[in-house]
Amino acid sequence: MKFLKFLFVGVFFGIVLVKSEAVSWYRIYEMFKFQSFHMYGIIGSAVLIGVCGIYLIKKYKLKSTEGTAIVLPPKEKSFVRYILGGSIFGLGWALAGACPGPMYILLGAGIYPILIVIIAAMAGTFAYGLLKSKLPH
Amino acid sequence: MDIILQPWPWFVSGPLIATVLLLLLFFGKTFGMSSNLRTLCTISGAGKHAAFFKFDWRAQKWNLTVVIGAIIGGFIATKFLSDGSIIELNPETVSDLAAMNFTQVGETLLPNELYGWEAVLSLKGMLILIVAGFLVGFGTRYAGGCTSGHAITGLSNLQLPSLIAVIGFFIGGLVMTHFILPLLF
Repeated sequence: MKFLKFLFVGVFFGIVLVKSEAVSWYRIYEMFKFQSFHMYGIIGSAVLIGVCGIYLIKKYKLKSTEGTAIVLPPKEKSFVRYILGGSIFGLGWALAGACPGPMYILLGAGIYPILIVIIAAMAGTFAYGLLKSKLPH
Repeated sequence: MDIILQPWPWFVSGPLIATVLLLLLFFGKTFGMSSNLRTLCTISGAGKHAAFFKFDWRAQKWNLTVVIGAIIGGFIATKFLSDGSIIELNPETVSDLAAMNFTQVGETLLPNELYGWEAVLSLKGMLILIVAGFLVGFGTRYAGGCTSGHAITGLSNLQLPSLIAVIGFFIGGLVMTHFILPLLF
């Protein structure tokens, strides 16, 4: 039962991302060509509501359903890892047209070749784990 | 019902994605899909090779449940909640892609030139998907998050690291779209 709410959130997320077309390679291509407001509208309005929601959570010190304080763990301060890692991610995102959420959604949508992308993404994550201490962070 | 079956506009989809972020916060978790790749590595035994994968993956079972839900959601949305409308792309986008020999642009979720079996089973097509996936998996962990963790959650929390990461996403995405894709197709 504990996991049912997470399953529900996942189903909801999957439906929203398909219906918004954010899982489409074409929409990502169009975004990076600056030829449509669609993706910017999606991300922008999500962030706008997110900013308001998180502001209210902090202001009223709201608690989670587990009774604990809602905290967002701060990301460690750095520049190199975010700009380099981000750029590498961006190259892959624009090529595959899918990031780590849509990958699974597309699998459910019956696009089975996406499994290759998922397995390759696991391999990429594994490679990062091996090289972590040698990379500038 | 027609309104549900048609593609949803950005001003509906964006706030609904924010709902996912806020729901997970209320459940005591943070929205971040790429962490699951690390968890899957750990489950596959990667902990034997690198300390990065030595953690109790059971603490991430909730997030794997979100993944299972997302797969089901993808199935439901395409099977029962779609009317087969083509994606209304900018005509310029369509002609730019046509110039790279893409056909039936927007008629399917993903282009056949990348995800059709004929492409996938060719050496070039297979390599493209493998390299693309590898870059996503490597980059997201190096940057400490992906679109959900940085662009949605991090920016909503006004975190500077996430803004830097998102700028990185765009540097990489623009280089790929404007310089590398035209070389590949």
